[in-house]
Amino acid sequence: MKFAVLINEGPFTHQASDSAYRFTAAALAKGHEIYRVFFYNDGVYNSNRLSEPQTDDRNLVSLWSRLGRDHDIDLVVCVAAALRRGIKDEVLENGFRISGLGQLVEAGIQADRLIVFGD
Amino acid sequence: MLHLVNKSPFERNALDSCLRMAKSGSAILLIEDGVYAALAKSAHAEKIIGRMGDFSFYVLGPDVAARGLSDAPLIEGIDIVDYEGFVDMVAEHDATQSWL
Amino acid sequence: MSEMNEFDEDVPEIVKRFMYVNRRAPYGTIYALECLEVVLIAAAFDQDVSVVFLDDGVCQLKKNQDTTGIGMKNFSKTYGALDDYDVEKIYVEKESLDARGLTAGDLVIPVEVMAADELREVMAQQDVIISS
Repeated sequence: MKFAVLINEGPFTHQASDSAYRFTAAALAKGHEIYRVFFYNDGVYNSNRLSEPQTDDRNLVSLWSRLGRDHDIDLVVCVAAALRRGIKDEVLENGFRISGLGQLVEAGIQADRLIVFGD
Repeated sequence: MLHLVNKSPFERNALDSCLRMAKSGSAILLIEDGVYAALAKSAHAEKIIGRMGDFSFYVLGPDVAARGLSDAPLIEGIDIVDYEGFVDMVAEHDATQSWL
Repeated sequence: MSEMNEFDEDVPEIVKRFMYVNRRAPYGTIYALECLEVVLIAAAFDQDVSVVFLDDGVCQLKKNQDTTGIGMKNFSKTYGALDDYDVEKIYVEKESLDARGLTAGDLVIPVEVMAADELREVMAQQDVIISS
């Protein structure tokens, strides 16, 4: 089955991105396809390669990047939400791309299921 | 339909809204801070106990364990699932609504 | 024409029921504004779109918003554009209005006020629910 995932919060203040990451990894492990992960609202901060969590903490920016690379997942950061928050190509972690909100709607159309993680 | 509740009933009204708006026969999965609603001895327990006949309730085990609640009695009839079970539930239901 | 060819050439456009659920008041957090931005983009796709306001979300539509004193953009006027974008299914939960002492007359746009019993049925028919 094809899943699309929407993440509305950043990697630190809320658990949303952690939950979404565990869900996505579990779905992949079960043989499902992830059509797209879309980052909106403060969720765009999950793509900021300048973020440096403490070394004994998990690093969701790298975790998403690695998961995206290993499973060829389309990690899309909303351009409107990103520009507001200073997320641009210059600071974008590998594997993420910046695109429009239409990519979220299109994911909703193409995927069998869309699940929202937020606050 | 599957409903996700990720808020503590002590802090926000997400569970109340979910219980008001969900159609009978729906599944309700408590995740993140939503797991506090599953505690048998909580002041909000009656909200779920009173609707056991309308909905099937689930709680995400890793979120229960993370909060030190593995040894706490949960409301009888709430099933504990892991992330694999979570994925299965999303796949089994036509749509998922997140009560953020 | 073989069945195979007919199938290949005539791929039907997928039309899904998308529901956007607003449960947050405006200004205190950005969710109301950014959800409206999604709906305006979503309107360009040929999908069955509905927008729901419940809980504090009904406050997004309150008339007479004046943000000059807080320095933020008053986006309540933008809800009027939903009609121009052919977003016609705008539902407001009656119980949420009642709980806040509001009526349909207090809102910036015409909406369909629905009791929870009725709205529940509409929600249950959706393919995709995007909430904030």
